[in-house]
Amino acid sequence: MELNDIIRPENRVYKRPSLLNEAHMHYCPGCSHGVVHKLVAEVIEEMGLQEVAIGVSPVGCAVFAYNYIDIDWLEAAHGRAPAMATATKRLMPDKLVFTYQGDGDLSAIGTAETIHAANRGENITIIFINNAIYGMTGGQMAPTTLLGQKTATCPYGRRADLNGYPLAISNLLAQLDGTCYVTRQTVYSPAAVRKTKAALKKAFQNSMDGKGCSVVEVVSTCNTGWKLTPVKANEWLQENMFAKYPLGDLKNE
Amino acid sequence: MAKINGAVTVNTERCKGCNLCVVACPSGVLDLKKNEVNNRGYHYAYMANPDKCIGCSSCALVCPDACIEVYRVVEK
Repeated sequence: MELNDIIRPENRVYKRPSLLNEAHMHYCPGCSHGVVHKLVAEVIEEMGLQEVAIGVSPVGCAVFAYNYIDIDWLEAAHGRAPAMATATKRLMPDKLVFTYQGDGDLSAIGTAETIHAANRGENITIIFINNAIYGMTGGQMAPTTLLGQKTATCPYGRRADLNGYPLAISNLLAQLDGTCYVTRQTVYSPAAVRKTKAALKKAFQNSMDGKGCSVVEVVSTCNTGWKLTPVKANEWLQENMFAKYPLGDLKNE
Repeated sequence: MAKINGAVTVNTERCKGCNLCVVACPSGVLDLKKNEVNNRGYHYAYMANPDKCIGCSSCALVCPDACIEVYRVVEK
């Protein structure tokens, strides 16, 4: 068959989600944020929630999420996205309210807001991008940085005696009574992307059904911060991150 | 046996040449243009071996910039 016969609208099996607009994403080549943005857009479109979805974007690399996905967005102060989402959902209970946060936003400055929103059982979805580093500010150590991992502020590797231990915050959240669904996924391979999409769908459905707080952690790469190529970063992720952050559902009620 | 014909189109101006699609492809269809760049200076992805494509969408799933569309025809 000729290429012209294959490339026809009726044969299309995968297209760019229509909720992703034409703006060029500012993310570095190979960044996991792009994949998760795409999945959020796809899931909202497939569930038909584009008119009721309200996202809360964080401070961090994903701060410009509102420029890329054509739904309603709010921009929270650093770490305060779950508090803002709480207010939004309580004022408009029929909306889909979700936060999109990185590990510097959610597990460092926003730990209190995150834990209390989850503990109150707010009917929101928290999407947590965990790349074990502060990406936007230049690759400094984050609470989630692995032991021995080199960053700009721990150039000889993170030490437990000096810097403490990496924080697996999803495990903490899974123990709270207010959460209904806590899962840890990743997006380094096509199969993993499909699983993450299913997890996002379930989390959004839980929020719409009023079951409680859903948390979808996505173990991600920051190839710029890790000083690797995108492909090498995916390999590093598989070799190092999953020991501390094992994949799978931590809670599913 | 049914033959599966696949093809992809790459939005070359959106592509950032991260190489993730090239690695994700199970059939070795894609590659980055060696001597050409787009307006932003990236070596964009293209179908180096179009005959091998099976339209599995692996490349499109891992693409962070959503610049790949996939087409598939099954010949009976």
